[in-house]
Amino acid sequence: MGNMILEIKDLHVSIDGIPILQGLSLCLPYGQVHAIMGPNGTGKSTLAKVLAGHPAYQIDDGEIRFKGKSLIGMQPEERSHFGLFMSFQYPMEVAGVSNEQFLRHAVNAHKKALSQPLLSIESFSQILQQKMERMQMRSEFKDRSVNVGFSGGEKKRNEILQMSLLEPDFAILDETDSGLDIDAMRIIAEGVNALRRVDRSMIIITHYQRLLDYIRPDQVHVMDKGKIVRSGGPELALLLEEKGYEWI
Amino acid sequence: MTCDESRDIIFPDFMSVKEEYKYGFVTPIASEVFPKGLSEEVIRAISAKKQEPLFMLEFRLRSFHIWQQMKEPAWANLDYVPIDYQSISYYAEPKIKQRLENLDQVDPEILKMLGRLGISIEEQKRLANVAVDVVFDSVSLGTTFQNRLKEQGVVLCSISEAVREYPELVQKYLGTVVPAKDNFFAALNSAVFSDGSFVYIPKGVRCPMELSTYFRINEKEIGQFERTLIIAEDDSYVSYLEGCTAPAHSTNQLHAAVVELVAHKGAEIKYSTVQNWYAGDPDTGQGGVYNFVTKRGLCAGEYAKISWTQVEAGAAITWKYPSCILRGDYSVGAFYSVALTNGKMQADTGTQMIHIGQNTRSTIISKGISADESRNSYRGRVVIGPHARNARNHSQCDSMLVGSRSSAHTFPSIHGGNATAQVEHEASVSRMNEEQIFYLQTRGLSKEDAITLIVNGFCKEVIRELPLEFAQEAEKLLALKLENCIG
Repeated sequence: MGNMILEIKDLHVSIDGIPILQGLSLCLPYGQVHAIMGPNGTGKSTLAKVLAGHPAYQIDDGEIRFKGKSLIGMQPEERSHFGLFMSFQYPMEVAGVSNEQFLRHAVNAHKKALSQPLLSIESFSQILQQKMERMQMRSEFKDRSVNVGFSGGEKKRNEILQMSLLEPDFAILDETDSGLDIDAMRIIAEGVNALRRVDRSMIIITHYQRLLDYIRPDQVHVMDKGKIVRSGGPELALLLEEKGYEWI
Repeated sequence: MTCDESRDIIFPDFMSVKEEYKYGFVTPIASEVFPKGLSEEVIRAISAKKQEPLFMLEFRLRSFHIWQQMKEPAWANLDYVPIDYQSISYYAEPKIKQRLENLDQVDPEILKMLGRLGISIEEQKRLANVAVDVVFDSVSLGTTFQNRLKEQGVVLCSISEAVREYPELVQKYLGTVVPAKDNFFAALNSAVFSDGSFVYIPKGVRCPMELSTYFRINEKEIGQFERTLIIAEDDSYVSYLEGCTAPAHSTNQLHAAVVELVAHKGAEIKYSTVQNWYAGDPDTGQGGVYNFVTKRGLCAGEYAKISWTQVEAGAAITWKYPSCILRGDYSVGAFYSVALTNGKMQADTGTQMIHIGQNTRSTIISKGISADESRNSYRGRVVIGPHARNARNHSQCDSMLVGSRSSAHTFPSIHGGNATAQVEHEASVSRMNEEQIFYLQTRGLSKEDAITLIVNGFCKEVIRELPLEFAQEAEKLLALKLENCIG
């Protein structure tokens, strides 16, 4: 199992005493992209938040190992410094804080945690400019408050921009395609594909097969009632699209 | 040494390393405290103690008689046990034999206290641009940098000293902006005020340094009634800042201050406050300072400018409405406020902008942050007089709720007006929640940094009005006060 970046074994998670994940197991090799699909309310977003370290969820049983180390008990920011990234379905707004200021704080928090020299305002600004151009974001997004007044597509693009700045080893993208029109989805998919690397893994949570036309997964998992009920190649997503979740 | 290094040493940093109130200590020094209770005799005794001229005694007695006729105001959105004004001592002073030439001669216990508050006298002497006065209970302990100020003709001294040294100025201005009959607490203050600061900036002088007063209540059952008077002559400029802390006592302490500002033609006064009085026990609500303050500035001449910037982060009860009377044509008033309440604190604060002259302008930016079970109210009043042609006001009033048990209230009102006046009011309510903090944490920020970023974003427009030396401290103070309220 030494080639796995993420190993989840028999994970049981509850919130306010209500069980959500009920014996979920999943292995993700280095460099692979897996998709998780499934109907609403099966715990897909919970899985993303649990991996990122959301404090509201109680881990009742099971194991999560990331790069060989247990994530349980680690603070969200420590997981981030350790190379884990989550793209939010609903990114939060922070009024009065410019996007650039926020992103610089985030990047420098990583540098600090890794004992690397911090980036100056000027050098960060240059890096940001390049990355934003790649995501086709106008430079006004530097000065606007974090996610305030952003459209759905702009918020999601901002998430992928953050991923490209933080350069994680692993990212879980929670319904990055929801609420996007086809053009916005294509731009985001291109952004994600540009970040694919042999040593970087991803989990893509989505309801629809559509996104997977643009981001080809190595494997597809289907989740139901808090666990993985079926796994297969990309063709599984097409089958689901055709036959619906009830077919599972 | 760089400015950055000295900042932390010079200024009381107003914050606790943990969430506990760091300034909750009592300094064990011998002091003379008047017996409790208020009467004509007590007022005569205060006046005699201070060797005041007759006009001062008469001012006090007149105010006392007005106060006796008045009732404590009940309109504020505040609940507290009624204050027994006869169970308070109205005067306390550290036993210091002679007047001090400078802070070096202060009682070592007091120096130790100043050290704990972050005010180091040694370091202070090396800092070039801030003059500090310290008011301990009822008495001013002395003022630094007297000589440099004197060269410019600037006066920074205790109000007691001003009564003796500059009686004609005090007599001319005292009670003209806030008359004793203005309100219950102003009348009480006018009768018994013990000390405070006096600032005089001569015509055309730009005060060469920030002026600062540090207020400290030490005694247990004393009221602090400070009185501050700032006069800026034509075309002068001054920036003044005050900081406040008090020990943690289980009983309530009363702080009823009056601040009067007079800006003549073309003069500008910037008045900044960082208030961190003891707020009482966060769980039981016991103890804490009752902060009833009347602050008002008069833009007496044309193009005069007064701005109030306040960060109110302490006190059990706050009742405070720094206001501007815009009498001179083209005069400008501003109010920038952050009021943070947590635990069981209650704050009813805001401002009044009274437009009398033509082409007068005012700006109100109020940021309320309420956490735990606290209650935070903004009360704003914009008055447009019949002759205030082309008067302009812009008010912005934002509330942030932290958790689900706190409350925020806003009571804006506009009075009078004329066809040429323009008054705008904007308001918003937002909530800082676990999800927002979690989001920032997943990007690598610690919980503390996440809260700091959110709070500073919310308060940005106010914090940037503070003198640089205070801005960082204020940011840290706000973040630390909130750290334990979330999640």
